[in-house]
Amino acid sequence: MRHLLTPQDFSVEELEDLFVLADDIENNSAKYSHICDGKKLATLFYEPSTRTRLSHETAMINLGGSVIGFPSGNVSSATKGESVADTIRVISCFADIAAIRHPKEGAAAVAAAYSSIPIINAGDGGHQHPTQTLLDMQTIRRLKGRLSDMTIGICGDLKFGRTVHSLVEAMSRYEGISFVFISPQELRMPDYVTDILHDRGIDYEEVTKLEDAIPKLDVLYMTRVQKERFFNEEDYIRLKDFYILDEKKLAAAKPDCYILHPLPRVNEIAPEVDNDPRAAYFLQVKYGVLVRMAVILTLLERN
Amino acid sequence: MLNVGKIEEGFVLDHIPAGKAMYIYHHLGLDKLDCPVAIIKNARSNAMGKKDILKVECDIDSLNLDVLAFIDHNITVNVIKDGEIKEKRKLELPRELVDVIKCTNPRCITSIEHELPHIFYLADEEREIYRCKYCDVKYEENDAGEWN
Ligand SMILES: [Zn+2]
Repeated sequence: MRHLLTPQDFSVEELEDLFVLADDIENNSAKYSHICDGKKLATLFYEPSTRTRLSHETAMINLGGSVIGFPSGNVSSATKGESVADTIRVISCFADIAAIRHPKEGAAAVAAAYSSIPIINAGDGGHQHPTQTLLDMQTIRRLKGRLSDMTIGICGDLKFGRTVHSLVEAMSRYEGISFVFISPQELRMPDYVTDILHDRGIDYEEVTKLEDAIPKLDVLYMTRVQKERFFNEEDYIRLKDFYILDEKKLAAAKPDCYILHPLPRVNEIAPEVDNDPRAAYFLQVKYGVLVRMAVILTLLERN
Repeated sequence: MLNVGKIEEGFVLDHIPAGKAMYIYHHLGLDKLDCPVAIIKNARSNAMGKKDILKVECDIDSLNLDVLAFIDHNITVNVIKDGEIKEKRKLELPRELVDVIKCTNPRCITSIEHELPHIFYLADEEREIYRCKYCDVKYEENDAGEWN
């Protein structure tokens, strides 16, 4: 029995199989619409994340399965202080597969250790959120036609951004990848991520202005820069415009430099960019469902 | 030097940093074994000034000593058979440490679920880096306060 706790749980070859399966689901959806008839997905969300929960539930319903879960916003009464280990042993008797989201790091690994059904980590604190990484990768793969040989720019809060740490680690397994990290000094990529790049001999550069990086990028991954992350108001006001993508900045980008964002967006991408053919952030949502369908099938060994 | 009776079969753990003998005694589970154990504390040592020594009389295949490699590389493990030193055993870093050290990451699931075993895996053998099995945070010797 397999689980998906981190993107590293799958080899590069296994990931390719998963992405190919997602492609097939996209092109032949009828073939898959009853493949999970009678199967149940449990969504165990210990913290609210409606978007991620709905994406998992949609994925299971699209496969013909059904969904059970905690009543939203009422986890404490649902679990009555029960440990994750005990909850998952109980849920294993009800469902065939479970997606768990929990504010503490490693909660999904605990669930996997005590579970008799496959576990999908749907986010464990600041640690991992593998289905987000896989959908980011599938979006890049579909738009660029490859996952190798490109320069990926990552912009915004790189210090606290779990999704970008995971994406960098996952993409650094492919040939010919280089990175440009665009952030204020205070929010630079942490050492544990750049150490991985050093170990794997992967080029990266760090800049503070989006304008300086944008012409060389093949993909630009935007994230939010939160005001609370800054030491003082002056720095925030001085720096915030460096990390807002608008048409003027985008004009310097390559014609096939796609723009990704994990959503929700606040103001770091101007609405005028939405109509640009390079804007891919809503497409990510679509690939999110398809990738989660492929993950469910793979873990249930129905592929 | 203080002399403790010779052992026929077992181990003599020498060059233990002074003060760590009891820590090792517990981590090897010697408190749970029904066998003679001699704990020599603060023995004189030319190289170390002071050192501790543990003598354990037991079946030499009954004890897994790998945790010693994690605690201190410089501990010498003399294997005794028929009253003689048969070999000096080379220790390997254990792949996994269960309830030897604690994860101190306040965001880790172990910080709120206290009955979970604290499990660390050997992430980098060369650099001797252990990471928490749950949160992957690296273990740093000075942040656990475990050495007592
Ligand atoms: Zn931990």
